[in-house]
Amino acid sequence: MRFYALSVYLFLYTPIAIIALFSFNAGRHASQFQGFSTQWYGRALKNPFVMDALETSLLVALVSATLASVLGTLAAVGLQGIRGPARAVFDGIIYVAVMIPGIVIGIATLIALVTVFDVLNPWLATLWPAAGQPPSLSMGIGSLIAAHTMFTMALVIIIVRARLGSLEQALTEASADLYATPFGTFRQVTLPLIAPAILAGFLLSFTFSFDDFIIAFFVAGSETTLPIYVFSSIRRGVTPEINAIGTMVMVASLLLLIVAQLVLRRGQRR
Amino acid sequence: MSKTFGDVEAARDLDLRISPGEFLSFLGPSGCGKTTALRMLAGFEAPTRGDVLIDGQVVNQLEPHRRPVNMVFQSYALFPHLSVADNIGYGLRQRRPRLARSVIADKVERALETVRLSGFGKRRVWEMSGGQQQRVALARAIVNEPKLLLLDEPLAALDRKLRKEMQIELQDLQRQLGITFVLVTHDQEEALSLSDRICVMRAGRIVQVGSPQELYDCPASRYVADFVGNSNFFEGRIEEVDGALARLVTGGGQTLAGRASPGLAAGRDGCLSIRPEQIRIGSEPGPGCIEVTVQNRIFLGEHTEYLVRHGGLGNIIVLAPRQAEIGARGFEAGARAFLNWSDEAALILNPD
Repeated sequence: MRFYALSVYLFLYTPIAIIALFSFNAGRHASQFQGFSTQWYGRALKNPFVMDALETSLLVALVSATLASVLGTLAAVGLQGIRGPARAVFDGIIYVAVMIPGIVIGIATLIALVTVFDVLNPWLATLWPAAGQPPSLSMGIGSLIAAHTMFTMALVIIIVRARLGSLEQALTEASADLYATPFGTFRQVTLPLIAPAILAGFLLSFTFSFDDFIIAFFVAGSETTLPIYVFSSIRRGVTPEINAIGTMVMVASLLLLIVAQLVLRRGQRR
Repeated sequence: MSKTFGDVEAARDLDLRISPGEFLSFLGPSGCGKTTALRMLAGFEAPTRGDVLIDGQVVNQLEPHRRPVNMVFQSYALFPHLSVADNIGYGLRQRRPRLARSVIADKVERALETVRLSGFGKRRVWEMSGGQQQRVALARAIVNEPKLLLLDEPLAALDRKLRKEMQIELQDLQRQLGITFVLVTHDQEEALSLSDRICVMRAGRIVQVGSPQELYDCPASRYVADFVGNSNFFEGRIEEVDGALARLVTGGGQTLAGRASPGLAAGRDGCLSIRPEQIRIGSEPGPGCIEVTVQNRIFLGEHTEYLVRHGGLGNIIVLAPRQAEIGARGFEAGARAFLNWSDEAALILNPD
């Protein structure tokens, strides 16, 4: 049994460990270790393409995680008031959104956005004054943010719903009994108590968006996020620079996930 | 007023007038509708039929946050993210126009003093013991000077000794503040010791309303006699009703006399109730005595409780004061003893 568990862990983590190990390779091959060096980290951080992609990724992750947190929290609070079969339907839809493979979301979002743009662009062209160049909607940062927000919002809803469900109903009743309006109760009681869940949802959304390759690949248009950059440079051969980027992304994501867990657990203890 | 949840009738035809400054208790077993009654007063439930009036105004449509009523919740429902002082000041901070910060601080300080928690304002609520949390919940309600204070089994979570202390404090507080208190409880002792009036409920209906002594001495039904205090019941047929007194013949052929409760009619089934402490137990036979065999003796400190058996009446519980026994060793199990009681101590009731 112990051997079995050990082999599972080995199988899971050996490739990751190798990537991290070869990021410290002094040579320029990803398969032969030729001494320890941190030069590839320096190179990756000085590479303008990498920094550009990083900037795009961070911007998309930040905006989509913020939007997902706000919209997801509102949805979770709204769903709280729904009972009966309608609630089961909504619950089902949310879980499905989490379970659907990224590739399906990617293609579906791409087709949906292209269809919408095809309708809207001629409209914009006719409405625009003749003198100027009419704006044309296309894939890019906007579509990336939209797709990531949709996907990560489901996560936020699930996390916030769980926290809302564990809140004592008597607390909101007590607040109402003490003359707080429904909005006052939300602001002074509900929101502070679900804040850890919202923050955890934000951090998770940020990580998911930052790491996502599949959905971004479909809807990014001409934009390059960090995972897309990594993917395209692998086609030119794997250098330890890619390993260095991968290791940095992994460590950052891991840290965020740990923080999210801690935040959530601390919130629950209260 | 009435309240139905789906097919379930939680409260039916509740008609009750609560006087200002009164301490009223709703007493009944769980599921009897007493909490529903309280929640209708607070505004968490709207009556399906009928009206809730406060100071002559119908408040059916008034949301909880607009009612001059405050509630102490069974679970206390203190806000875990706020300090003790912020919990107590919560209601004051909702007032519009806003109260000055210093006014709120003063009122909170006075409320803390009232519940004997001065100096605890900065504490977190989860650092407080159960009894202290109870007092914070109380302070959070009374600081708003409501017209009506609702208490939903507020002492249920406390241990026995603390409960006794809090009962005394509650009573003092009510007299001191002059606020109308409405308490919900299933603990008859609590209701008896605290209330000016008790409203006994059963299956969503009010069975009897009266002062603790009225309920104890003149229960209107067997249910009330059984729920408020302990009693022995002997069932039989009512032989004769003669003004204030009645006579009942038990199934075993015994004829017993007692005060007649209202609405009694000869020839119908009835039931005689006699409180254990009203029965005298002795070793010598006398006029009107019945002979019994002692089954069991429980020493209770100031009293001794005997379970005795009578050939015709079955088991009887007798509570004998200690004084009568000083020097004597009391009755051992298996001993012969004689019981008697005055006819005025017994009450003949309609069966439920």
